[in-house]
Parts: sequence; C-alpha cells; structure tokens
Amino acid sequence: MPMVALHFTPLLASIFSLIVIGALVLAFVMLGSRWLRDYMVAFAVQSWLIAILSALMGWAGGYTELYFVAALTALFRGLVLPLMLLWVLKRLHVNRELHEIVQPATALVLGAVLVIFAVIVAYRIGHAVNIETRVVLLALTVMLAIKLIGFLMLTIRREAVSSILGILMLENGIFLGSQILVPGMPLMIELVLLFDLLVAVTCFAVLVRYLMASVGATGSHALQKLVG
Amino acid sequence: MNQPALIMVLWAAPLVTVLWSLLVRRAMGWVNLLSALVCFPVSVLLLVSADTPHIWFDRMLYVDRIGAWVLMCVAVVYLLSSFFALDYMRHGEDARRLPNFYALFALFAWTMFAAPMANMIGVYWIGIELTTLVSTFLVGYERRAESMEAAWKYIIIVSGGISIALLGTVLLYWGGTFVLGPTYTLDWSTLDAIAPRMPTVLLQLGFLLALVGYGVKAGLAPMHTWLPDAHSEAPAPVSAMLSGALLNCAMLGIVRFLAATDIAGHGAWPHRVLIALGVVSLIVGALFIMRQRGLKRMLAYSSVEHMGVIALGFGFGGVLGVFGALYHMLNHSINKTLMFIGAGSAVHRYGTHDIEQMRDVPAAMPGVAWLWLAGAVAITGAPPFGLFRSELSVLMAGWQGSGTRWVAILFLLLLIVIFVGFLNHFRLMYARPATTPPSGPLPGLMTWIPMLLAVAALLVLGLWWPPLFTQWFGQIAHSLGAAS
Repeated sequence: MPMVALHFTPLLASIFSLIVIGALVLAFVMLGSRWLRDYMVAFAVQSWLIAILSALMGWAGGYTELYFVAALTALFRGLVLPLMLLWVLKRLHVNRELHEIVQPATALVLGAVLVIFAVIVAYRIGHAVNIETRVVLLALTVMLAIKLIGFLMLTIRREAVSSILGILMLENGIFLGSQILVPGMPLMIELVLLFDLLVAVTCFAVLVRYLMASVGATGSHALQKLVG
Repeated sequence: MNQPALIMVLWAAPLVTVLWSLLVRRAMGWVNLLSALVCFPVSVLLLVSADTPHIWFDRMLYVDRIGAWVLMCVAVVYLLSSFFALDYMRHGEDARRLPNFYALFALFAWTMFAAPMANMIGVYWIGIELTTLVSTFLVGYERRAESMEAAWKYIIIVSGGISIALLGTVLLYWGGTFVLGPTYTLDWSTLDAIAPRMPTVLLQLGFLLALVGYGVKAGLAPMHTWLPDAHSEAPAPVSAMLSGALLNCAMLGIVRFLAATDIAGHGAWPHRVLIALGVVSLIVGALFIMRQRGLKRMLAYSSVEHMGVIALGFGFGGVLGVFGALYHMLNHSINKTLMFIGAGSAVHRYGTHDIEQMRDVPAAMPGVAWLWLAGAVAITGAPPFGLFRSELSVLMAGWQGSGTRWVAILFLLLLIVIFVGFLNHFRLMYARPATTPPSGPLPGLMTWIPMLLAVAALLVLGLWWPPLFTQWFGQIAHSLGAAS
C-alpha cells in the first residue's frame, strides 16, 4: 500500500504521537479556560506544534514543500494571528468570557465525550480501510476530535474573539490530520493557510465595524435582533 | 469557439470594474453595467461552446456544460441586478462609499465566475470561501447594527460550515492515495475516475461531509440559518446576487460529489440524503413564509424552499429530475432577482421592511407593482411561468422514481401551502387601503428595465422549452450518470 505513514521509524512515530497528543491537550486548555489570553497562547502553541510536525514530515518523507508550509504555519498562525487577536483584545477591553453558557468543568467533560466519539469513528474507519498503524489512527482521532471541540467552542463561547478562535481551531485540526494522512497535498494546504488569514482579517474588520455601529458589546448574546 | 478567450473576457470585465471603481471613482455604476452587459453574452457563448469538457490554464480551470450553465445563471443575475443597482444605490445615504460598493459588487460577481470553473476540488473550496469573504462586506455595507449582526453570523456560520467540506475533501484525497499513491492532483475528473476504487467508507464520509459543508453555503435546511439574516440585511441588488447566483455555485459542488458516488455505484442512499435535505428545506421554507413579517426575510425563506426543490430534482435523479433541477436553477435565478428588485423598491418607497406597513402597493408603485405581482405568482410555481415547468418536471421525476412517490406527494402539498402563504402576503400588501401615503422615492427606469426583462424571460421559459436546452440537459444528465 503506497502509504508514506507506514514507513515511520519507531522514534519518529513516537515523536509524531507526542506532537499530536500535545495538540489535543492544548485544545482542552482552550476549552477549560475562561481567559481569552489563555486561548490565544494555547492556539499559538498548537500552531507551532503543527509547524514542527510539518517540518518533520517534510524531512522524513522527502516532501520539500512541507518546509514551506511549516514556515507559513509558524509565521501566520503561530505569530501574526495571535498578535492581531491580542491587539483586538486590548482595544476591546475584554479579558474573559463573561456570560458562560456552560461552565469550563462541564465543557471539559463534554470535550472528553467528543474525544471518545472521535476514537470510535477513527477506529471504525481504520478497520474499514485496513490500517493498523498507530500514528495514522491517532492522527485521524485527533483531527476529528479537534474539529468537534472547535464546534463545541463555537457553541458554548459567546465572545466574538472566541468565535474567531473556534473557526481557526476547526482548521488547525484539519491541518494536523492532513500532515500525517495526506502529506502529498501541500499546495492546497498552503493556499488554505494564506486564505485563513484573509478570513480572520475579514472577521476583525466586521467586528470592529460592528463595534462602531453598536457600542460596547462584543458578545454574541447582543446579536439577537434577527430572528424568525 | 475560442474558450480561453471567452474565459479571459468573463474574468476581465468584472476585474476592470473593480479597478475602475477604486481608481477613477466616477460613473462606477455604468461601468459595472457595461461589464455585466459583456459578461452575459460571453457566458452564453461559453455555454454553447462547452460541447465537451475542457481543461484550461495549466489544469486549473474546468469548463463543462453544467459548470457553464451555472456561470450563465450567475451572469443573468449579475446583469439584472447591475441595472437595478444604478437605481437602488442612488438613494443611499453616503455617496462617498459608492465606489467601494461597486468594487465589492463586481468582485463578488468575479468570485462567482471563478468558483464554478475551478478544476481542483481544493481550489473550488477556496473559491466558495472567497465568495463568502467578499460578500460579507456587502452584507454589512449599510453599517446598521442589524446588518453588522447579519454579516457576523454569515461569516462565522458559513466559514465554520464550509470547513466541514474541507475535512471531506481531505478524506477523499486520503481515499485516493490508496489508488494513485501519496501525491496526485485531486480534480473533478480524477475524483470520478478513482471513486469506484477508493475505500467505500472514505467516499461515503467524504460525500456526506461535503454535502453538509456545501449545504451550509447552498442554504439547505437545517444549515440555512445564516441565509435569512444575510439576504434581508444586504442591499437589495446584493440580496439578488446572494440568492439567485451564489446558492447555485455551492449546489454545483454538491451535484459533482453526488455524481462521483453514482459512478462508484453507491446506489440510492446518497440521493436519499439529498432528498431528505430537500424536504426539510421545503418544510422550513413553507413554515417561515407563512408567518413572516419582514418582506426580504420572506423572500430569503423562499430561496431556502427553491434550493430544496433543486436538491429534490438532483436527488430524484433520472433524466427528468436533472432536467427539472437545471431548468429550475435558471428560472429561480431570474425570478428571485425580479422579486428582490421589487422588494428593494418597496423598501425604499415605504421606508420599512415590515410587510404589515406596506399597503396599497399598486398606488404606491404604479406599473412596477404589477410586474412584481407577476413575479410573485411565478415564484409560487403557477403557470404560465418557467417555474411551473421546472417544478412539474421535478414532481414527475419523484412520482416515477422508485420509492419516492410519497415524497412527490409531500412536495406537492408543501408547494400548495407555500402558494397560499406567499400570495396571501401579497394580497394583503396590494388590497389593504393605505393609511398614510408612502414618501420614499419612486422606482426609476433602471428598475423598470430589469423587471420587464425578467418577466418576459419567465414567460418565454414558461411557454416554450428551448430545444437546445433539451440537448444540453441530456448531456449533463449523461455526464452525471443519470441518463437511463
């Protein structure tokens, strides 16, 4: 089977596993905190982990384009985006989630349930396509889990900045998984990376304009005029 | 015919408008209209010349008949709403921001000329996301609290939703590595070629995720929640573009993924899923149209309904279903643009979105009111207009399909409910005597022209099925694997 993932040395496989699990733990850090600055740091570190993973994958699999992807990830998702978000936070004077729909402790439990679901789905897929490589299954699990946790964040957090981070985390999950599952499709990932930056910038622009239109509120609980 | 040249013109015209609007900052509306007047015949030529699928520009662009069909629908809406924009935007508060509006408007049109042509599935995804980015600014253009809220919900819901389609694309690419090795280019024709040989579970998951992801963008219920807000808060010409053109672009992706599962021989279940989404869209549309108070929100729910009809057409499949769905795309594009033009004029004239406060429309908007009413009758699927034909075709496809007869019956019932609900709102708006005469500006010539054109087109499409369409739809049905 022409799967690059099958040729990992045990050492590399362990390092990959460590990185992937680290990314999942960081997702839980975001889920369990109510301080927006924590989200930002966790997101930045998660992006750096993904960048390291890309670079390692590029070295191990001989995909030179992946070095480029790693540099872009580190620069944009690991540095520029978090700094921009911090700048927005300073302007908005919001430090934490004020209106929690779900307590962080409950959110962590919900997140754990989602991870279990992701494990079940990943193992079923792995079984169906005859893959027993641990790293691949782990990557699949974490890809689905981060995706689900991202949606959970979008659902239970109301600050506008959290919504932006939720969206970015959805895509972090996909990048992470795709590095290991499909390292051969980098061109698209590069495009998507740059593109995400655009999305985020657009979000900020809309957000800042919204604040100009209606002063002081950045929580989505204020966005309830349009119903029915 | 020289397809690359046509593509170049189709892309250049809106981009020139963007540059003109930003640099010259004068007569943008007219330049935009000129661009739309160029794009429409070019898109028709592109459609006519798309006999066999062609791949252009280093395998980046793919023009086949169904793609060209969607492009033509976009060009029609762009043309009609460019006329109307001249009239509508004249009454805006801030004339200094008009160049930005036209730049974004033309750029939005360009993104919708680009996305349906994308050959690689990843690039198509980017194209669809690009349409969201540009149109977000148009939705929030009026900078009221409500329009900013709509823009915010739009970008968050659609970006989140469409990332599901990206996950689906990654899984499909992964499935392809089992066939073609770790590095290859995933484009539409490759997908069709490898679909039968990739692991079943990955194709199924990939299809479902893509259906949900692009379904968000296509406004299929229950993923439609951004749609009523964005459509009602955007300036009326933009609402028309969102509803008439953008939704089709996303539907195109769904249809192509569906075709891949057909080619792989996955049988009826992908169609069943699409039919289920279509039925839910019709139900949601019917319920919310009945009790709607906002004029443009009502039209937005009507878009959810009509996307449901198109989903049903492709879901029922077969020659009849595909014919109906494709014909419905064009009819809906024209008709919804007509409705939003009327609605935009009414909103300006009465100074409100509230249906309750719009009374005695024929006196308030002489002449235009009757064109608008004709559009309202047409959009509920009454003869002799085009939508009657396309909905009938979809209905027959369901009636003849295996095990879908009850869906067809439900479809017919929901259409009747929508007919009553929709026209009841119009009856009240037209028949109730006015308490205070409206004071807003009257619709001008640039409102008359697109409305007349649209009503005439709908009549022609209702009374006469162009024989060329039969040939084209036959080819599309064949390429989608639906021909029996």
